[in-house]
Amino acid sequence: MQLNEIWFVIVAFLFVGYFVLDGFDFGVGMSLPFLGKDDTDRRVLINTIGPVWDLNETWVIVAGASLFAAFPEWYASLFSGFYLALFLMLMALIARGVAFEYRGKGNSAKWKKTFDAMIVAGSAIPALLWGVAFANIVHGVPLNADHIFVGYDIPLIGNLLVLLNPYGLLGGLVTLTLFFTHGLIFISLKTDGEIKERASILATKVGAVATLLAAVFLVWTLIDNFSIAGLALSAIAAVSLIAALVMNFVKREGIAFSLMVVTIITAISSLFVALFPNVLPSTIDEAFSLTIENASSSGYTLQVMSWVALFMVPLVLAYQTWTYWVFRKRIRRENIPANAH
Amino acid sequence: MVMENKKTLREAVIVLLQTTVILSQLDTLSLARWQFGLTTIYHFLFVPLTIGLVFLVAVMQTAWYRTGKEKYLMQTKFFGKIFLINFAMGLVTGIVQEFQFGMNWSDYSRFVGDIFGAPLAMEGLFAFFFEATFIGLWVFGWGKLSKGVHLATIWITTLGVWLSAYFILAANSFMQNPVGFEINEAKNRAELTDIGAVLTNIVAINQFPHTITSAFMFAGAVIVAASAYHVKRGQYLESMQSSLKFGLWASVIGGIGTAITGDGLGLAMVQTQPMKMAAAEALYNTSAPAAFSIFTLGTPDGKSELFSIKIPNLLSFLSTHTLDGEVEGLNDLQAEYVAAFGPGDYMPTIWITYWSFRWMIGLGALSWLIAVVGIWMTRRNDLKVPDWAYNVAIWGAPIPVIAISIGWLFTEMGRQPWIVFSLMKTADGVSPGVTGIEVLVSLIGFTAVYGVLAVVEFKILLAAIKAGPALAEPEQSDDKLAVAY
Repeated sequence: MQLNEIWFVIVAFLFVGYFVLDGFDFGVGMSLPFLGKDDTDRRVLINTIGPVWDLNETWVIVAGASLFAAFPEWYASLFSGFYLALFLMLMALIARGVAFEYRGKGNSAKWKKTFDAMIVAGSAIPALLWGVAFANIVHGVPLNADHIFVGYDIPLIGNLLVLLNPYGLLGGLVTLTLFFTHGLIFISLKTDGEIKERASILATKVGAVATLLAAVFLVWTLIDNFSIAGLALSAIAAVSLIAALVMNFVKREGIAFSLMVVTIITAISSLFVALFPNVLPSTIDEAFSLTIENASSSGYTLQVMSWVALFMVPLVLAYQTWTYWVFRKRIRRENIPANAH
Repeated sequence: MVMENKKTLREAVIVLLQTTVILSQLDTLSLARWQFGLTTIYHFLFVPLTIGLVFLVAVMQTAWYRTGKEKYLMQTKFFGKIFLINFAMGLVTGIVQEFQFGMNWSDYSRFVGDIFGAPLAMEGLFAFFFEATFIGLWVFGWGKLSKGVHLATIWITTLGVWLSAYFILAANSFMQNPVGFEINEAKNRAELTDIGAVLTNIVAINQFPHTITSAFMFAGAVIVAASAYHVKRGQYLESMQSSLKFGLWASVIGGIGTAITGDGLGLAMVQTQPMKMAAAEALYNTSAPAAFSIFTLGTPDGKSELFSIKIPNLLSFLSTHTLDGEVEGLNDLQAEYVAAFGPGDYMPTIWITYWSFRWMIGLGALSWLIAVVGIWMTRRNDLKVPDWAYNVAIWGAPIPVIAISIGWLFTEMGRQPWIVFSLMKTADGVSPGVTGIEVLVSLIGFTAVYGVLAVVEFKILLAAIKAGPALAEPEQSDDKLAVAY
């Protein structure tokens, strides 16, 4: 395996890790209006991810920086081409992060309502946009000979409209419903009592929709970019998603959650398999596509970064696993202190 | 009636189209620069406080761990809360910074990504994960982790924050003084040849301690202000009097460090970017010895100087550490650069560099003096400090961060017209595929959101300070969350 191939895998690994982890944060955020009957409920929900959402979000920062370091051309074309989509994503992530930290710092109902709305929007918008973005990365975008994204000739929204094609929108709905299901099963794993029941029931409903959408999307992806590995990964994703819903239904939420993790890992991996060896295909001319060859950094840079990754990734995984171990307890209504924090 | 409506509609469409045409011709470059300046300065209002306060809170907690005295626990929790409110803002505004290089400056990213991306990715892998994980453990780990392990989490957070500062400064230093690279003509980009050289860039080595020590000045000033607020009112005296002194000492020591490291940074700057030092003094002609003007009336270009206070030999000393060393002037440097890089204007905007250099030093010195006087006035443990002195301490808190922001303005504006000194001009780094109107929309969006957040954050911060330190809580029972959203 060559270094640029290894770095394609590392970038994929970081995005997969990001979606597994922040995926359930998005789901928890979206669940507030559905599961939270009162403020204590909502605080229970937010506290299931309280200590970890921030480290989960960090995965995307590291994924983005690694993409920059290993494939600068990819980073440059992608981030400037997906301008408005990323701008909306940033706004949403800012809203969510601020709302988590500040909602408890005021007592009025209006204060909490405002920040709750920010959490819901700040979770749903990225959950949708990540799917739109990744579907378009796999599908390809109009890159010209200089690898510059040339959208429709409409000021402001020209590039955005290119992204909102049926395949891209379907991808968005898949991640939206998949992350929602992931979050709901996470809630049933991390809470107890009535709220746990509600989460489990809703997970079955949303999960059914997610299964349907994901099946269509994965088949569509396979038709466009067929490979044995892609087929195998999609099949595992589909089976484990259905199994997760069954396990959720029979109240084995630990197994259900693990199966959701498998689903997200395999589903996202199948997209990277479909993409390889491109990193951003051009829909204008195949010769204009960005690949792991023409988008990558020099051999020396990749070598330096490989040593860093070899040393740091296991360490990061170790201490983050320990963090999840420390906060393994279920959160109950009784755990929430009466005084606002 | 129908005709009139149609006419109005047609007029409206024409106006809309005209507006669109005007907007789409907006200058991407200046808008992108405004956005970078705005978002970076805003982000860096929170960063210095994070860098300084995380260390000082770790010291407070260590004091509690060692002595078991309640006042140190109260300080840890009180200033820890202030730290966290601030940390959240640094985090959410930080993502914008990383995305922005690709969104607005994609040609810059293409040209230097092979080098510039590496310290950014290292920052993520070494530092961001540390920070984000261990701050979560620290906040939610009270009562869950043993005291020793819990103390370790804040120190590891400190390590993460400081490593993060180092890597991002190494990346910035490459833009000031590119080292450890070669140009790949075929790929039309700069490529890394020596990561050691990038990480030990003389600018980074001097910029890092300057950043850390000035962060201590700001964190110290905030601790002083919050403590003074309560001591003035005669409340929480035991813990707040001790933190008042602690903050004063942090400011004074930080200030001495800032001066020493600033001197080192100045020398590195003369060596690597002589134009910036010449622009700092608006020194047009090469001089030996060179004087330093404290204040100039009229324009700094010397054409219409009305009045100026000059200290003889000082610029020579700052630039060379000798009293009569030669300092190159702007005109000679301009001629040199034209010879080296072709025709063009290689001078930064002189009035900005001239005045920002003075305001940075002046405000830094003022803040340091306030702390020194404060230490003198509180040397006895009685409360015989007049109210006005407490007010100065409270209102003086923002002075260091204003100095820091102005210092960065100097550093970045002084590099112009280059985005990477001697390799790439700022005008060549902007995204070719992004239109002015797109940048305008994001610029307006960020300005609006950041503006609202600033108000909210400030309110919350003031409320947390006014609420004062909570009395130390009894040991947490396991069935109640120590901290809950």
